[in-house]
Amino acid sequence: MTTTFEAVAEIISETSDIPLEEITPEKNAFTDLGIDSLDFLDIAFAIDKHFGIKIPLEQWTEELNENNALVDEYFVLSKLCERIDEVIAAKDA
Amino acid sequence: MLLEYFQMIDHVEELDPENGTILARADVPMESPVFEGHFPGSPLVPGVLLIETMAQASGFMLLSRMEFKKMPFLANVTGAKMRTFVEPGAVLMVKAKLEHDGSGFAKTRAQISADGKKICDSQIMFRIMPFPNETLKGNMLDRFSQISRSTAE
Repeated sequence: MTTTFEAVAEIISETSDIPLEEITPEKNAFTDLGIDSLDFLDIAFAIDKHFGIKIPLEQWTEELNENNALVDEYFVLSKLCERIDEVIAAKDA
Repeated sequence: MLLEYFQMIDHVEELDPENGTILARADVPMESPVFEGHFPGSPLVPGVLLIETMAQASGFMLLSRMEFKKMPFLANVTGAKMRTFVEPGAVLMVKAKLEHDGSGFAKTRAQISADGKKICDSQIMFRIMPFPNETLKGNMLDRFSQISRSTAE
């Protein structure tokens, strides 16, 4: 069964044209992989579609803007996948 | 349509905010400064303005769906196909359907037809953001009221 990280890595690779082998769990999507906020909308769209969820990007952005969270907490891929798993679990609950 | 003022939509014919669909009408004027340059001696509506027209129809649907609490801004146009020319005087029917309602973004699929013939189509993504000021919000409400009112008349 494909893990959340494997699925997310494939989505990032396809939407942002980044070789799959460069996409590892400790990478930050923005600072390490060079993804910008527009690219991330495509990624968010593909993640939503793939997992049948709605990742709360607006809430994350607000928390970042209000300095209540660090970028790494959401956009290091291992953390991102944890957040996605939380959203999936909440949907299935 | 007032091409030079980017007023692309004339009438909202059908709108279903809950299901994310809109059908709007756009009447291409016989004359416009745009036609002086595009093209001299052979006036055609520029493809970018057809994309803008699809984006505006999508945008009004999204605004209505969000009850004008936030503003959709054009972010990404995917797979836009211009299938045939649009000349002055054409009556365009613009359809848009919500494809995905994300958090802070939305994606629509839109198309324009004239006389039952497909003119162009595209997927369009919008960032959903707060209105930058109350003036814009008021103007968008006024414009929407104008193009919706004409539907009932």
